[in-house]
Amino acid sequence: MTQEELLPLIYKKDDRAFTLLYDMYSKSLFGVISNLIKEREDAEDVLQDVFVKIWKNIDSYSEEKGRFYTWIVNIARNSSIDKLRSKGFSNSQKNLSADNFVHLLDDNTRLNNKIDSIGIQEFVKKLKPKCIKIIDLLFFKGFTQQEASDELEIPLGTVKTQNRNCINELRNLLQVS
Amino acid sequence: MSTQEYIESGILELYVYGKLNDSEIEEVVKMASQYDEIRAEITEIENAMVYLSGSVAPRLSGKNYEDIKQKLFGNETKIVELKPDIKPKSNISQYLGWAAALVFLTGGGYLYQQGEIKNKAIVSIEKEKNKLQEAVVDLELKNKANEEALALVRDSKNTIVPLAGQEVSPTSYAKVYWNQETQSVYIDGAGLPEPPEGFVYQVWALKLNPLTPLSIGLLDDFNGENKRIFAVDNVVEAEAFGITLEPAGGSASPTLEQLYTLGKV
Repeated sequence: MTQEELLPLIYKKDDRAFTLLYDMYSKSLFGVISNLIKEREDAEDVLQDVFVKIWKNIDSYSEEKGRFYTWIVNIARNSSIDKLRSKGFSNSQKNLSADNFVHLLDDNTRLNNKIDSIGIQEFVKKLKPKCIKIIDLLFFKGFTQQEASDELEIPLGTVKTQNRNCINELRNLLQVS
Repeated sequence: MSTQEYIESGILELYVYGKLNDSEIEEVVKMASQYDEIRAEITEIENAMVYLSGSVAPRLSGKNYEDIKQKLFGNETKIVELKPDIKPKSNISQYLGWAAALVFLTGGGYLYQQGEIKNKAIVSIEKEKNKLQEAVVDLELKNKANEEALALVRDSKNTIVPLAGQEVSPTSYAKVYWNQETQSVYIDGAGLPEPPEGFVYQVWALKLNPLTPLSIGLLDDFNGENKRIFAVDNVVEAEAFGITLEPAGGSASPTLEQLYTLGKV
């Protein structure tokens, strides 16, 4: 199932569409949200909210504006930041948790898929620390290239290519594992 | 700029992340509509991100799915108000009214109960459906893995090296599929007994004069879903292949007493 196959079903509000949408993206969105919001209950609230928003605002998405996945990850990030603000956290992006996405793997509540998570830890650990940081800032936390370059103290011009190399590394690991 | 240079520039990753401005997005969309390889690259980047973020996500209870469904589709029950519009004229009609009400209430209660049962059935059917859907995806993945394994094995550029059982285990056998063009090597380990706990098969590419073994990999996860077809390291030169049983993790050099299968190229 690809975006191209899923979207027409969502537009039609086909009853399978929601289940498919949820199957395809709930874990990914929950990963992004949980990386920003530590409280599990809050993170679940945001996840639910995000799916409601996706479903109700699907007409405002258009393929000329970019990938559907990009659009929904954006909704997830923005909703998470809104939630943090409503809870009185500072609204500066820079004040987001210093933790990166790898810390999520230490969560004890993963016990249920412990074996799974050992495998994942193996491959995530193989990513260079530099790559974990750059992917964390740009993708998970939604930093701009400029903000990422400041944070990582690397030249702005190299952010794009460094990130590309890191994603290549990730893709290689995924093929091997 | 060639499409390859365009891909290598890293712009497509930022496109998937949502870091581009409108005119850059427009450009990517245009390029993607013209070139298959750019479209394919975008999909692969996206899949990698979906996988990465999904695999670090904490476990998600099924309740979330139910809650969202409830929020989106609900199962609103309409409340119908019942008001008598005429006053009962006589006692008999009053009793009749009460009797009717009783019948109505009992009937209503029965219907309500039936409704509840149906609702529960719907929820469990829904769950069943989700499970089936997951099973279908699982099967598709397995099928894909099988097809890939078959395609690898069937490749006409393969040199096939049968490995015969040795002293320790005369009934064992294995096959090496060595694609000399890509140098990739696959082992079909279907004819090997299950390794004892704490041991693993290790594959060696051998040069014969003098005998120099080079480890090219372990047959890890022997009972996994790979149908005992294993990809091992690429091999440039080999005159024979052998498989030994080694302590878990493999050994630096082969334990020849535990040589299970051997075959010359």
